[in-house]
Amino acid sequence: MRFAAKAIAVVSFLAASLLSATLALAQWTPPPEDGQWTMAGKDYSARRYSGLDQITTANVAQLRPVFSFSTGVLRGHEAAPIVAGSTMYLVTPYPNRVYALDLSKPGAPIKWKFEPKPAAASQGQACCDVVNRGGVFDDGRFIFNTLDGQTIALDANTGRQLWRTQLADINKGETITMAPLVVKGKVLVGNSGGEYGARGWLTALDARNGSTVWRAFSTGSDKDVLIGSNYKPFYAKERGTDLGISSWQPEGWKIGGGTVWGWLSYDPALDLVYYGTANPAPWNPHQRPGDNKWTSGIFARSPDTGEARWFYQLSPHDLHDYDGVNESILVDMQVNGAMRTVLLHPDRNGYMYVMDRSNGEVISATPYVPVNTSTGVDLQTGALKYVPEKEPQIGKVVRDACPASPGGKDWQPSAYSPRTHLLYVPHQNICQDVEAAQATYIAATPFIGMTVRMNAGPGGKRGEFSAWDPTTNKKAWQIVEDFPVWSGALVTAGDVVFYGTLDGWFKAVDAKTGAVLWQYATGSGVIGQPIAYRGPDGKEYIAVLSGVGGWAGAVVSGDLDVRDPTAATGFANLLGDLKMKTTKGGTLHVFALP
Amino acid sequence: MRVLAAACVASLLVLACEREDRQLHQSAEASKPPIAIGPTGAPPQLTSVQAGPSIAEPRTTNPDEGRAYDVAQGKQWFKWYNCSGCHANGGGDKGPALMDDLWIYGAQPQNIFASIVEGRPNGMPSFGRRIPEAQVWQLVAYVRSMSGLVASDVATSRDDRMQTKTPENRTKAEPPKQQSTASPGEPGK
Repeated sequence: MRFAAKAIAVVSFLAASLLSATLALAQWTPPPEDGQWTMAGKDYSARRYSGLDQITTANVAQLRPVFSFSTGVLRGHEAAPIVAGSTMYLVTPYPNRVYALDLSKPGAPIKWKFEPKPAAASQGQACCDVVNRGGVFDDGRFIFNTLDGQTIALDANTGRQLWRTQLADINKGETITMAPLVVKGKVLVGNSGGEYGARGWLTALDARNGSTVWRAFSTGSDKDVLIGSNYKPFYAKERGTDLGISSWQPEGWKIGGGTVWGWLSYDPALDLVYYGTANPAPWNPHQRPGDNKWTSGIFARSPDTGEARWFYQLSPHDLHDYDGVNESILVDMQVNGAMRTVLLHPDRNGYMYVMDRSNGEVISATPYVPVNTSTGVDLQTGALKYVPEKEPQIGKVVRDACPASPGGKDWQPSAYSPRTHLLYVPHQNICQDVEAAQATYIAATPFIGMTVRMNAGPGGKRGEFSAWDPTTNKKAWQIVEDFPVWSGALVTAGDVVFYGTLDGWFKAVDAKTGAVLWQYATGSGVIGQPIAYRGPDGKEYIAVLSGVGGWAGAVVSGDLDVRDPTAATGFANLLGDLKMKTTKGGTLHVFALP
Repeated sequence: MRVLAAACVASLLVLACEREDRQLHQSAEASKPPIAIGPTGAPPQLTSVQAGPSIAEPRTTNPDEGRAYDVAQGKQWFKWYNCSGCHANGGGDKGPALMDDLWIYGAQPQNIFASIVEGRPNGMPSFGRRIPEAQVWQLVAYVRSMSGLVASDVATSRDDRMQTKTPENRTKAEPPKQQSTASPGEPGK
């Protein structure tokens, strides 16, 4: 009896301490500033916020270039430079060369170089230029992906290859362009190829040896999607058995897209990884009746097993190529007087989603660009309310659908400052005319079935950089840009926000007001992700890759002929003048105060 | 007056009939152009410079380029085999533009035939053994029509879909220019 009472006391004590530990962890905040930039999103919250504060709104006007580095590659440079210790790591677009630069020496000379030599044929399997969004530093390793579908780990000190794993198959139209994330010793990697009918997946590799731990598909049976008893979505529409098969026409799920080429974030307290799945294939919606689960939505999964915890489909039966791969930024904020653990997700479908990241509930969904393809999100059912008149048709041109297929915002990641509580969103303002047509599936060729011609959205300007206040669901300020803003954003503790433009400007603006404080002409369109780091000398540095390309910049990087308005899947109609505004070529630019 | 009108109509009809030289009643074998590649055909030449004294480069003619039907078929295959997925309606996308004057792998019919059948190392998949040869020659004729390299009375007019580029039969001929392959991922076809 006494023993039992004692046991109960011990158990309850343990339970209580576990509970308090959970509560303490639930208030997870990103780690303190260490001066490094080891992963694309800065830390697991994907806020792209640097705690460095030497560069401020008062002195940023004195910012000047301190060194630059030519990557020798002419295609679109979307990667974030990675900084760990006194070394900077760069991954180029195809052929995916890796350079380690020694920041402790004048001019940051090359410390080592690695040539992965990916298959040249992979260049024909990449939808939107042969980009790479960068690598990740973890536990002495530098890990990155190659266009032809390999994940490679290098010794970060020497550049020696530790392991390489072939994950994607270019013969099925699969490539890899995303930046991997390492969570609890697992390297998380997803494929690209939604425009080729590739079947999407996220794979976890053992960081020590590159062996596959789990793979979660975005279509197919619950077993393949890793949906089990712990899957508890918030909305009824996400519940059912084998929806990844039954929400498709027979066999459609096998070539149905839902690739995972965007951003991952991770909440250590909830122990959940978040990522978006891409568009269903083909684009022509008439060839794939049904909701097309689990495409164009957000998954929350356990990093250990990959099992799904919740899912929310942003654009069911995606009519407009609004894939859901955009960043989910983890923030804790007041909602109706209560503190909520949320994710902020500016989706391609034009809505800014504020979601409870513990259960997948949509707290709010507010348009941040002009939207006429839908009238809103039903918060009771979670359904996106499409406008039927804007649905693409076979044999008929549907005009002025907003936003266009690249969405209100494409891959270019936003930044969030815990000081201003604002989200800094690089985005575009474009609409499109479309005509659907029957697409033939031929492996390793495009599977699209849509002719597209893009135009500037309302107001006539094609881009915008806005500061979004998620508590009021309004823009605090906005900068109208002539071209779509295709670069990532960075915000620092000095309350300075950085971004670049397609015509080659790199800009610093006041995080509170949006006043442009400084700008620098880089020589080529900026579509990279700016970062901040503390150099070995203790100074704060800002780094960004310039080098036009990507889907938006392909008219320049691919030397496309803009007399065909449908070139670059419709971007040629929108950005024909870009060819007279910038030229191609990849360069790293690093800036500091005098 | 009525006679004159009738004569005009008749002559127009005759002229219309003359717009292309159809070779009817020939065997399927005879209608095929000579094979451009392989040991028995003329090997494609990819540069204008030849070592030693000049020797005339053997040219393969593609009879399909003289027949509107075959060029129109080529246009259909261009969509059906997903060529348009990479080259759009000629302006290029994942792959290079086909309507401009830049050619890496040669602008002659046998060069284009080889590009389609063999594939090219920087991304063009091989369609050999996938597309029947007769259809490849139709595609070759259509691809050349995109930069105005076939006669305008044979080239296709605007189609019944969304207006894209200037129709092939109104495209001004762009004399081919050779483009280097020095840098991977560079444009050209």
